Amino acid sequence: MKKATLQLETLTCPSCAQKIEKAVKALAGVEQESVSVLFNASKVKLNFDEEKISIAQIAEAITALGYEVQKSQVK
Amino acid sequence: MQRLILRSKNKIALVSGLLLAVGFLSEWMLDQAAIFEGALIIAALFGVAPIAIQAYQALKVIVVSIDLLVTIAVIGAFFIQNYEEAAIVTFLFLFGAYLEQRTLNKTRSAIKELTEMAPESALKRMENGEFAEVAVEEVDVGDVLLVKTGSKVPVDGRVIAGEGSINEASITGESFPVAKEKGSKVYAGTILDNGTLQIVADRVGEDTTFAKIIELVEEAQDAKSAAERFIDRFAKYYTPVVLVLAVLVWLFSRRLELAITILVLGCPGALVIGVPVSHVAGIGNGAKHGVLLKGSEVISDFSRVETIVFDKTGTLTAGRPAVAEKEYYGENIEEALALLASVERESDHPLAKAVLAALGPAKFATVEETEVVKGAGIVARVKGRRVAVGNRALMEREKVELDEKARADMERFEKNGNSLVLAAVDGELKLLLGVRDQIRPGVKEDLRRLKILGVKNLVMLSGDNQGTVDLVSRELGLTEAHGNMLPEDKAAYIKRLIEEEGQIVAFVGDGVNDSPSLAFANIGIAMGGGTDVAIETSDVVLMNSDFSRLPHALGLAKATARNMKENIVIAVGVVLVLLASLLFSDWMNMSIGMLVHEGSILAVILNGMRLLRYKLR
Repeated sequence: MKKATLQLETLTCPSCAQKIEKAVKALAGVEQESVSVLFNASKVKLNFDEEKISIAQIAEAITALGYEVQKSQVK
Repeated sequence: MQRLILRSKNKIALVSGLLLAVGFLSEWMLDQAAIFEGALIIAALFGVAPIAIQAYQALKVIVVSIDLLVTIAVIGAFFIQNYEEAAIVTFLFLFGAYLEQRTLNKTRSAIKELTEMAPESALKRMENGEFAEVAVEEVDVGDVLLVKTGSKVPVDGRVIAGEGSINEASITGESFPVAKEKGSKVYAGTILDNGTLQIVADRVGEDTTFAKIIELVEEAQDAKSAAERFIDRFAKYYTPVVLVLAVLVWLFSRRLELAITILVLGCPGALVIGVPVSHVAGIGNGAKHGVLLKGSEVISDFSRVETIVFDKTGTLTAGRPAVAEKEYYGENIEEALALLASVERESDHPLAKAVLAALGPAKFATVEETEVVKGAGIVARVKGRRVAVGNRALMEREKVELDEKARADMERFEKNGNSLVLAAVDGELKLLLGVRDQIRPGVKEDLRRLKILGVKNLVMLSGDNQGTVDLVSRELGLTEAHGNMLPEDKAAYIKRLIEEEGQIVAFVGDGVNDSPSLAFANIGIAMGGGTDVAIETSDVVLMNSDFSRLPHALGLAKATARNMKENIVIAVGVVLVLLASLLFSDWMNMSIGMLVHEGSILAVILNGMRLLRYKLR
């Protein structure tokens, strides 16, 4: 399990946060309970299994929703 | 394509606004109905594109979003050929989103400014001994770094060469520069005002104090209270319910116009954004003023606090004993003082330091012999004279005679809450000092302000004897003060206040030995002198151990809690007015509904923004 933090473009509607949360939780390899979308900080924090999914794939899923991923950090 | 449309949302808003203007102008001035209609159709189609894409994306992950409501409403308007409404609604929605983004960024600006102070690069000493610029991520513990005037300290560390003064506002909220020299500690994110320093890295990256503060603030601004979680849950079901309601209205009344108006009116804008906006602005203001409020639950509890319990040492008092009173006896005082200073200079005891500070500059002589008498003091030989410094027991041991005046002085000093230090030269009493912990400057005024803010009880708990405690209590005008208390007694006292008397209690301490009290209190307030434990276990942190931040913290918590309530009232009020006018009047339509809806969102954001400027009067 790795811990990731993704910095998104500024989120402006709480429903965006809801949308992103649902989309990320649906990804295989992402630990569901660990997903938190910080609305004000415009960040997504989550744990994922690097054998099942890569950080690039997670970022791609968010970008597909129409939100730019500015920076991602894994540790 | 989708991404391109979404990214040009603001431009689309502008174009559809222009088309709208062209349409209306051509109708009023040229009386060209055809152009009017054409312009509006294009404006509506153009404007609805990004909204529809967002609605579709949300739908893909099974979320019924506001965008969906608006998209359906616009399609409905096309069906009944009301292009005017379709165009106005899409324009207002897009323009509103643009304004929301702008203003929302403002409310978050305080915290953003803080995070942007994070250092990015460092001058690191490489293997060849030269300094080279590297990214801050490449700095490891133990590396030697060069900091030049005007640049940021990249990591937490110690100065090994050079001197200068540093602005530590990012850590402490205090912009007065602090002098640094060899051995001084420096913190990441602070700025070197002048001078040049070489430092060695002690803590890097996420372990630095600055990184921890940022992480806490970022988590705090998104930590949700029960009320917010309720609103979130509510919003999740609210939008689908509005959709179902509109469909039902359409099926039963067959009035498409009414159904789509309900869709627009039902957008839950101000309600979902109102509370987070107040919250983020309040926490941002605190972060700028050296106050860390950890989340909105903390804000709402703190705003209702009735009793504040203080630890004495290190909180109300400076925690550093200092000489408060002195008396001299006999002759050759000058000489005696110089001898005394020479002896005290050799000692690390806190009382010795206090005595030395009070004696001022002196000609130091070499101490020839020293004997430390445990629990009593020091006996030393200086210039062939026998010097004894210590308490009454030491004087008895040295057979120093205490005359009537000395005894009276000692009694008076003790009554005033002092510890006694006596000094004798060759068995003759020369000096009596009363040493006590000093009340922090300004504390009295700060406590008065807390009372004005509505705190009913100010209580002090201390491990010191009751006499000292009563004295400080009287001087500060506290409601209650209890001495001889161990850390577990303090925790038990707070527990009793909360559980038996049902009070809302805050505890203020330095976190050194009062962590249980910080944890038990409804609101634990730490005097954060940079100690990690205190910062982590508490709910509120006063940066740099600055007590004077406390009234600001309380005032801010109250203002923020009030602001949240105002926003809820605005949001709910607007929805009620809209629904009532839809049911009981005939002037309500989709465009007005959207206008009021967007207006109310801006109103709550602007209201929240006021908190950024909050200052305690």
